[in-house]
Amino acid sequence: MEKPDYRHMPDEHGHFGPYGGLFVAETLMEPLEELREAYEKYMQDEQFLTELDADLQHYVGRPSPIYHAERLSRENGGAQIYLKREDLNHTGAHKVNNTIGQALLAKRMGKTRIIAETGAGQHGVATATVAARLGLECVVYMGEVDVARQEANVYRMRLLGAEVRSVSSGSKTLKDALNEAMRDWVATVDNTFYIIGTVAGPHPYPAMVRDFQTVIGREARQQMRQMTADLPDALVACVGGGSNAIGLFHPFLEDEGVAMYGVEAAGEGLETGHHAAPLCAGQPGVLHGNRTYLMEDRDGQIIETHSISAGLDYPGVGPEHAWLKDTGRVQYVAIDDDEALAAFHTLTRTEGIIPALESSHAVAYALKLAATMKPEQKVLVNLSGRGDKDMHTVAAREGIKL
Amino acid sequence: MSRIEKTFSRLRSEGRTALIPFITAGDPDPEFTVSFMHGLVSAGANLLELGVPFSDPMADGPVIQRASERALEHHVSLLDVLEMVRRFREQDSHTPVVLMGYLNPVEVMGYEDFATAAEEAGVDGVLTVDLPPEEAHDLVQALRSHALDPIFLAAPTSNRHRLEMIASAASGFIYYISLKGVTGAANLAVDEVARKLDEIREVTDLPLGVGFGIKNAEMAATMSRIADAVVVGSTLVSVIEENASEPDKIRDKLHDLVHEMRTAMDRA
Repeated sequence: MEKPDYRHMPDEHGHFGPYGGLFVAETLMEPLEELREAYEKYMQDEQFLTELDADLQHYVGRPSPIYHAERLSRENGGAQIYLKREDLNHTGAHKVNNTIGQALLAKRMGKTRIIAETGAGQHGVATATVAARLGLECVVYMGEVDVARQEANVYRMRLLGAEVRSVSSGSKTLKDALNEAMRDWVATVDNTFYIIGTVAGPHPYPAMVRDFQTVIGREARQQMRQMTADLPDALVACVGGGSNAIGLFHPFLEDEGVAMYGVEAAGEGLETGHHAAPLCAGQPGVLHGNRTYLMEDRDGQIIETHSISAGLDYPGVGPEHAWLKDTGRVQYVAIDDDEALAAFHTLTRTEGIIPALESSHAVAYALKLAATMKPEQKVLVNLSGRGDKDMHTVAAREGIKL
Repeated sequence: MSRIEKTFSRLRSEGRTALIPFITAGDPDPEFTVSFMHGLVSAGANLLELGVPFSDPMADGPVIQRASERALEHHVSLLDVLEMVRRFREQDSHTPVVLMGYLNPVEVMGYEDFATAAEEAGVDGVLTVDLPPEEAHDLVQALRSHALDPIFLAAPTSNRHRLEMIASAASGFIYYISLKGVTGAANLAVDEVARKLDEIREVTDLPLGVGFGIKNAEMAATMSRIADAVVVGSTLVSVIEENASEPDKIRDKLHDLVHEMRTAMDRA
């Protein structure tokens, strides 16, 4: 087989091999075509890119540092663990890299209203934040279950002036919020820009969101070279929809010496069926505008997922990850709720860094992986978000009332 | 000539417009669906659209979403829907049946297996809401090879280029979504719909159905003057929902509503 051309995916129709594409009702086809044209135009536009870079530097606080977690590495044994500190971004996660980009695009396209879906609330907060800054009306759809378990983020969004609409259909989580946002968009597409938060959805979203998130990997490549005079031996990132993972991985795809691990949520365990790991335990299908690996039953109905982390609680995954799994370039593994919680505490106690529960999945796998490697080797973990939003979840799990 | 073609050509010679009711298979309970289908035909329906329940009906409004949820409580699968069509065909060999749903259940069954089973059951056409012509090549081939019509949507946002693509992929009829929005949404601007139908007629001779937003007999009559078919969905599904606890009454209520629409359309 010929070596895949990682840099020039997807093809012009949004396909990553058999995955991706455009699976939406006819009403959205022309609006998506307009979006694709605008995205392709502005990604070549010097003025747009300069404005984006300036915002990433002065508003988000980029570049985010890389931190050598020496104590964690020593106590864990094995390889050196480095953390890409996306948790230090404005709003506390990598999500804002993408919302800044899409909101600038929305302005260029003359849209006055922004909608978004959110699970954990990080993407909702990042969207409400940029909407507030640019003076755009903002509506965020969020499943009823997530509204209940992420109260603090709901309040943050409201403080920022966004309207949070609770979604009570289906499983009342991220996938249903996405359905509802699509329904809104199909009726309001003339004045509304839909900011999707992950590398899923119809073309051009998987490519566009990736391109806004690859700033993570571009910085990391340079920073690791400066700090260690070398590239890392392995990259580790959690995968829900997969935007932080693709953002880190993509600029390294052609570096053959760099192994990559995408960490899905095993929930209560892959064998229980209560998980959110479509790449590890699902099969290909079509949902939310693209063909990808899904959690589905034998009739093709999408099944409810489970993860302690709301941001990973999604039955699909970005189509580029589906393709990277099939090509074998990235290994996809799973970490369960208990392992993620243990890693959450370990990182907090040994380094004074409280990770988001999503990112704790990546940390947990990195600890396992590093232990099998030599001390002179290096593992770079994408610390995609901070754990402040998860205080209630972690406390409740341990029987503590805040 | 296919059942769909025959139906439209007969209606055209009578100077009438087709009335196409939509119900979701298995709503509120799978045991009633076949009886509802016969009831709709006796009330004046010319073609039936049967919704295949899906867990994530992205293009549907709340009414049809809830219909899917009610059917899925009974675990109604695509195979179950085909079985309902087979049973309907035992007593009705002339009314065309179009399945309307989302791609994933078909994808999981496999295009060829699905097309074979649908033909055997007596299905006439398949409308896959989230499958635009760009992605439809393989499914269209499978359907065509089993004498099934691939039905496609056209929308207010479809430009000339897209309309041509839709016309060349479609057979049976083209379903024009009369407004930007989900099923069951707000008001229709008749003049705008008429203009767009004229534009579509420039690229195809296929009959044009109009749906999304037709709420009553008056609106059905108005649309029947400009379209070849009128599709009524959410309004009927609302009747099913309101009477879900007394399903015995649903057949008569659906009958009355469809009969009223048929009468108004024939007068128009």
